[in-house]
Amino acid sequence: MAVPGEASVDESHVGENKTPPGRYWKEKQEEGKDGQQTEQTLQQKKKKKQKAKKRKQKEDQRDGKKFISGKSDPFPGPAPIPEDRVQKFKRKDKIKKPPHQHYKLRDVIARSEEASEMAQKQAARFDLLLPEDAGFLEGDEDEDTCTISQEDIAGAVDITSGAKYFNLKLPQFGPYRLDYSKTGRHLLLGGRRGHVSCIDWQSKQLMCEINVMESVNDVKWLHSETMYAVAQKKWLYIYDSNGIELHCIRKFNDVLRMQFLPYHFLLATASATSFLQYLDVSVGKEVAAICTKTGRLDVMCQNPHNAIIHLGHHNGTVTLWSPNQKEALVKMLCHQGGVRSVTVDKTGTYMVTSGMDKKLKVFDIRTFKPLKSYFLPAGASSLSLSQRGLLSAATGDIVQVYRDVWSTPVTKPYMAHRVRGTAWGLHFCPFEDVLGVGHGEGFTSMLVPGAGEPNFDGLDANPYRSAKQRQEWEVKALLEKIQPELISLDPSELGRVDHATFEQRHQDRVQALGFDPLAKEKFVPKYKKKGRSSAGNVEKRKKQVAHEDQRDVIRKTVEDKMKMEKEKKQREKKAAVLSNQRSALDRFKK
Amino acid sequence: MVKVSEKKKSVKKSSEEEEEEVRYGEEEEEDGELRGEGDEEEGDEEEEEDERKRQKLLDAIGSLGGRRKRRKRSQAERSEAAALMSEFTVNAEGGGDKVQLSDLIGTADRVPAKTRKQLENLQRVRKSIQSPLSRRESDRIQRDVAFQKAASEVSRWKEVIRQNQRAEQLVFPLHQDPPGPGPGPVERLVSGWRARTPLEEEVFALLSANKQPIHDPVLTPREEASVRAMSLEEAKVRRAELQKARALQSYYEARARRERKIKSKKYHRVQNKAKRKEFLKKFEEMVEADPAGALEELHRMEVARMKERMSLKHQNSGKWAKSKAIMAKYDEGARRAMQQQLEVNKELTQKVVTSLNEEEEEEEEEVLPGFVNDAERGVDSSNPWMRGKLSEERKEAEEEEEEVMETVDLTVEEEEEEEEEEVKETEEEVLLREFDSRRKLRQAEEAETAPVISVEEEEEEEERAASDREEEEEEEEERAASDREEEEEEEEKAASDREEEELSEFTTLFRGISDAEKVATDSAAPLQEGLIRIRTLEDVDLLSQEAPDDEAPPLPPPPPLPQPSAAVNPPPPATEKTGKPKKRKRGIELKQVLTKDTKAIKVPLAPTVEDGEEDGEEDGEEDEEQRGLIREAFAGDDVVSDFLKDKRKQEDSGKPAVVDLTLPGWGEWGGTGLKPSRGKRRRFRVKAAPPPPRKDQHLPSVIISEKRNSAISGHQVNSLPFPFANPAQFESAVRTPLGRTWNTERTVKKVVKPRVVTRMGAIIEPMQREELMKDRKRAGGKTTLDSLTKKH
Repeated sequence: MAVPGEASVDESHVGENKTPPGRYWKEKQEEGKDGQQTEQTLQQKKKKKQKAKKRKQKEDQRDGKKFISGKSDPFPGPAPIPEDRVQKFKRKDKIKKPPHQHYKLRDVIARSEEASEMAQKQAARFDLLLPEDAGFLEGDEDEDTCTISQEDIAGAVDITSGAKYFNLKLPQFGPYRLDYSKTGRHLLLGGRRGHVSCIDWQSKQLMCEINVMESVNDVKWLHSETMYAVAQKKWLYIYDSNGIELHCIRKFNDVLRMQFLPYHFLLATASATSFLQYLDVSVGKEVAAICTKTGRLDVMCQNPHNAIIHLGHHNGTVTLWSPNQKEALVKMLCHQGGVRSVTVDKTGTYMVTSGMDKKLKVFDIRTFKPLKSYFLPAGASSLSLSQRGLLSAATGDIVQVYRDVWSTPVTKPYMAHRVRGTAWGLHFCPFEDVLGVGHGEGFTSMLVPGAGEPNFDGLDANPYRSAKQRQEWEVKALLEKIQPELISLDPSELGRVDHATFEQRHQDRVQALGFDPLAKEKFVPKYKKKGRSSAGNVEKRKKQVAHEDQRDVIRKTVEDKMKMEKEKKQREKKAAVLSNQRSALDRFKK
Repeated sequence: MVKVSEKKKSVKKSSEEEEEEVRYGEEEEEDGELRGEGDEEEGDEEEEEDERKRQKLLDAIGSLGGRRKRRKRSQAERSEAAALMSEFTVNAEGGGDKVQLSDLIGTADRVPAKTRKQLENLQRVRKSIQSPLSRRESDRIQRDVAFQKAASEVSRWKEVIRQNQRAEQLVFPLHQDPPGPGPGPVERLVSGWRARTPLEEEVFALLSANKQPIHDPVLTPREEASVRAMSLEEAKVRRAELQKARALQSYYEARARRERKIKSKKYHRVQNKAKRKEFLKKFEEMVEADPAGALEELHRMEVARMKERMSLKHQNSGKWAKSKAIMAKYDEGARRAMQQQLEVNKELTQKVVTSLNEEEEEEEEEVLPGFVNDAERGVDSSNPWMRGKLSEERKEAEEEEEEVMETVDLTVEEEEEEEEEEVKETEEEVLLREFDSRRKLRQAEEAETAPVISVEEEEEEEERAASDREEEEEEEEERAASDREEEEEEEEKAASDREEEELSEFTTLFRGISDAEKVATDSAAPLQEGLIRIRTLEDVDLLSQEAPDDEAPPLPPPPPLPQPSAAVNPPPPATEKTGKPKKRKRGIELKQVLTKDTKAIKVPLAPTVEDGEEDGEEDGEEDEEQRGLIREAFAGDDVVSDFLKDKRKQEDSGKPAVVDLTLPGWGEWGGTGLKPSRGKRRRFRVKAAPPPPRKDQHLPSVIISEKRNSAISGHQVNSLPFPFANPAQFESAVRTPLGRTWNTERTVKKVVKPRVVTRMGAIIEPMQREELMKDRKRAGGKTTLDSLTKKH
């Protein structure tokens, strides 16, 4: 279930001081431990019980309902819902009720309020059904978690989790870019020297392996694991999971980076020619091509919350783009040097950037304000954020993972790991505590406890789905596809009333259609023979037509005026009649 | 005919007129002959004789003219006897002449003196009776009444319909039988079951033929019959009881017959009275003992009362009552008898428990003929006509008229007219009364407003006095502190001057206001008079509207002038000066943002490989990396200043341009090297309104595009949907998504509940009248429930 304002990321997701939920049997044990308190507590309890009894009696009297067995419900009414959980599912505040309302309006508002309240409460109640909790790494005393090696972790965890730590030694075609599918089951690797392979990484089953015989800039899964896009040296290609080339899209050239917007079925590409292009993969059409005029675009990420594309530039700015506007929605100056990597968290609240000035910065992209700034000794070449808000940063051949970069100032990483070559691509696996690192010597899958979301939505992204389920999902997802026009900075803008004037809307329409539908056709005089199309004659005819038109206009305006006057008169008459009640003094009037 | 009588006196006549008259004359002659046979009027006969003679003469003159005209005359002759003759001695001879009362009375043999007097009175009054309403008007009235009736009939449905319209969900057919077994016991359901199939019917026939239990009771009917059979003794006792009862019944019957045959009315009356008393006593006992029975009895009484109300039995409308009514004027006994009748009626129609309904009483009063109350006019307070004071005099006149009308038969229409007149009169009275009260009110208001103004003046005076006093005090102080330094004195003077100025200003201002008020009131006063002269009710209304303005408290004193201390304070420096620091400040801010306190992070592992070095395959890329490194080295102000420039450019492009409409050479010399004067340029430069503040106004390191997102506007709501009054309401109404992706199943079902549900195959019939009643009952129940819950 989608939560409006996911609060879970703000909390320290791998809290060390997390206490297990209270259980009623535990309380009893504690009571047994210390004698003095027990008496007090007992007395208190008695009082409480009495009060509770009284209350119960009252309730019984009120309700008048009794069970056949004579027992009364010890917990009457619906089970209470914790306040914070209700708060989590809140969407916007209620509006104040105006003093005088139309009764229909009152009904509508009351109904909608009731519905939204019910939705909120139900969602909060059903939140209970998400029982899984994210794990975390806990070091011994005086032990930094970042010094724990992957081998130790893999050895300590269960065998299936341990199997998730592995290295692929592919030194021949490196360095590698990688991508996980939306469900997290499938891994796509693209080596710079043309090696492309897709793997069901949990079963370590190779789906396909090809060499495109060209340099590969980026690889990306499309909506499902049956298709993926590869940005090659010149064009953009699409292959299926068997490695068969489906399309070569010549409109998309020199693509350096790609992002796939899963709910819009859009593949966004950033090219070396400073073009940002959108490809609708459901219909195979280019939706928008925007020339950003900012040079080579090799830093790109998407905001999963509102499907806005973030691009990093060499002049230290990060720009935000939507397919609907030819200019950047927002331009932020983030670094004094060029921007090396950008990433946005799942809730669309925080953006983390790293730049040539060896800094790592955290921004709140709802307000575009900087939150935190860190200095990394070597600077981070690529960044990635996990579903639970862990940040991974690659500096050279070291991959570091940070926790809570936005809430608490961080001095040292949560985890660190050295890979064989320079890290080239980083990606957290969805719904798994795994970070995939593509580097010069191949691929490393490392374990990061507490990275993935433990609860998945089976209807949205089900890691365990069958082929049939996938097909079903595909159809439904296509039916629910969001149009690219709806991409905007604020996703709730759709629910607002458009305040644009008629002229503005007309202008938009003209722009969209390419012509003015309300424009009047210009009169072109027919050519007539026998000298009747002489210049003078033509001019005369034109004038006649113009005259007729003018007459029409005048007639219309006059009619309108007459009508108005008539109405006015009638109104006046009515008013006069209303005000002219007969009075006893009328007889004195002349 | 009129002409004839008029022209009798005229001496000179033209020949044409003569001809006409000849014609008339002949007609009359014939008429006279006809009449001569029927009538025996002596007074007129002499005139007739004269007429005849004159006619002869005229005839003779006419015969001189020739034959042709005679023929013509014979053609024109045609008359109708009915127009000339009538059974009432009045003939139509007099044409347009008014029928005199004396003519009418003259024929009567004997007229009582009183009647004559009355007639004379009537004659003196000379009041014409209004003509009956035209058909169109009466039709209109009927239509109005019919419409009102229909409207009231229809409006009864309003509540039900409104409820249905407002209902969240309507299930058609609206009132269906609840499916499955109802709330009743299962036995009822079982007993309601019937055999349907032929097999079942056969089986049941067999069972019933053999008197076998069908519904599984304990005993068969036969067994029950045997059980019911009684013993001999019991039978004997029962027989005796029956015999006794029969004998008693016969006794009672005989007695009743005897009593009924008694002819004495008094006996019966007494009897009835006693019976009634007894009944009442019984009833009271019953109320305590057996409330249900009492209720029934009450109901019966109610029915009896209804019957009485419906019948005309005691309402003095019978033959006897009418005869008595004629007599009542003079006969005390008859009057009493009638009143007794009415009393009986009253008694019978009296509600038993509840108090008298006033309306009904009024109805009853209306039934009475006017003269019944004549004797005790002053006593009767229940008569609505007696309660009013303004209408008293008129009432008398009316009654007189009524008396007249008794003797002279008048049609029903006339009576109606009178009633209408009455109504009009009352309306006028109401208006007059209203006017009177308003006038009184106005007078009171005027009386009030005057003191208000005077109070204001007093206040003013007080203030003036206070200011004077202050000045004096200051002077005294100055005198006392004369030995102080001169500077201080000057300062004080200055201060006092300032204060004085302020005060004077204040007072002038205040005076101005009060003057304005006065002017307003003054200007209003003659206006009012004028209005009074005109004398319409609207004006009175206006007056009453104006009055509160006068009454309203005087305008609050103008806000005190800015303190001199504020003026002493240095004014904020010019904008040009502030502009530069602002900009600089922004730049600094931006830098601060960029060089925000950074936390250095310690990484336990040092990178062994420098990124970007390894993959130096392509020269271009390597070059770029190099360039990037160089840029990094020289990073800093360059990036920031570029960004700032960019931002400024954006801001400027967003500002609306100044339109310069100056025409060089217009009104002054123009040519190369000559510029239009500055004043002219200034005058013709149109400055646009400043744009709304940018979104990135307070974000130095951010440029937010101000362009409108036109793509989404096609999907947005352009105009506010109907019941919503403002966008916020609409937005809050659509803020919760409806889909299954965001909601639990129950919520979705609730949210997407259809407005109308129809059961398949069910016939949807129009609403019945019973539904209305049901609804009302339900509503009543609800309200009582609500009130109960509110109490708790």
